[in-house]
Amino acid sequence: MNQPDYEYLRKLLKDNSGLDLSADKQYLIESRLLPLARKAGLADISELVQKLKGGSSVMVGQVVEAMTTNETFFFRDKVPFDHFRESIMPEIIKARANRKSIRIWCAAGSTGQEPYSLAMCVKEMSAALTGWRVEIVATDISQEVLEKSKAGIYSQFEVQRGLPIQMLVKYFKQNGDLWQINPEIRAMVQHRQLNLLHDFSQLGVFDIIFCRNVLIYFDQDTKINIFGRLAKIMEPDGFLVLGAAETVVGLTDVFKPFPERRGLYRPSGIAGAPAKAGATSWPKVPAAARL
Amino acid sequence: MRTCLVVDDSSVVRKIARRILEDLDFQIVEAEDGEKALEICKKGLPDAILLDWNMPVMDGYEFLGNLRRLPGGHQPKVVFCTTENDIDHISRALHAGANEYIMKPFDRDIVAAKFQEVGLIEQMLPASA
Repeated sequence: MNQPDYEYLRKLLKDNSGLDLSADKQYLIESRLLPLARKAGLADISELVQKLKGGSSVMVGQVVEAMTTNETFFFRDKVPFDHFRESIMPEIIKARANRKSIRIWCAAGSTGQEPYSLAMCVKEMSAALTGWRVEIVATDISQEVLEKSKAGIYSQFEVQRGLPIQMLVKYFKQNGDLWQINPEIRAMVQHRQLNLLHDFSQLGVFDIIFCRNVLIYFDQDTKINIFGRLAKIMEPDGFLVLGAAETVVGLTDVFKPFPERRGLYRPSGIAGAPAKAGATSWPKVPAAARL
Repeated sequence: MRTCLVVDDSSVVRKIARRILEDLDFQIVEAEDGEKALEICKKGLPDAILLDWNMPVMDGYEFLGNLRRLPGGHQPKVVFCTTENDIDHISRALHAGANEYIMKPFDRDIVAAKFQEVGLIEQMLPASA
């Protein structure tokens, strides 16, 4: 791929998705976009760039999807889910004893492994959540990815990476080489298409936000901007969970890290976070699953 | 160093498994059927057993039953690794005391994920973006 084509794609991705590729990610572009180009009957990346320059908005959408879709797996990195089970949920359950409702947002829900991992954790805790309303909202920039998430159908490879076998047996139904997560778990997750660059205040206020392995693709200003907007839609005693390679430290003081609990953050109260816990206004969303 | 007994009648599969598990810092012992594996276990129990299902002489399921009846035989973590990939086989294996289950074909990521799941290896470093 020649340098002008690479620079063109970098700028196009930055403008349309916030994706901030460093100068040496040619291989990533090649591996993601060459299959797309071929599918569209184009010979190479250069022809794809010509097509994009010709103003094909459909193609722009496809390029953004291909570049922002990331491989993921159930219970990715394990530790955040241990935190979720052992400290986040017990603390939130205690704090919301009167309200009996918890709202969770997976800000980069991708193909569903993360929201469904959370849904399975919540399901396993159902004894402590009788009569509670637990909402899990999964958003992603890519419609194609959301469709896959909604279907909840995974290959044999996908269900073997991170998912304990007992959970596979308990929560999935086999159909040949494919495995579909049970309707009961699927119903616990709501799906919405969303670009993190745009306003997301309409989603309402959350107790827990998982925003993992997506901010790493954004430049510093965009990250700061997103952190600021995340803080505004979080309960003051809520939890923000970032990916293992991500942090707020050195970027913003609207969140502060938990000592000893890597990857967990809480609104610091600076910059207009919601004033008091429990003052949530419910957004208009499809009926949430009741436990 | 932890030990892993690799039980499979295919020398190719044993070789692939050996390469993956040595890379995960296991010392490997191999057996080509359940009976040979059981003899090895009677002399000394490994930390982990990667176990095929269909094998001549004694299959993996029968081996597992025999293993769990040995003194201390509940200690080794047993991970099935088989082409038997239907829910009935998986349920039977878990009921008989298997700790995890790999459906062939497998790769390094799957073996590492499953061994991590049963506590045989530490948390993997997160993959870089």
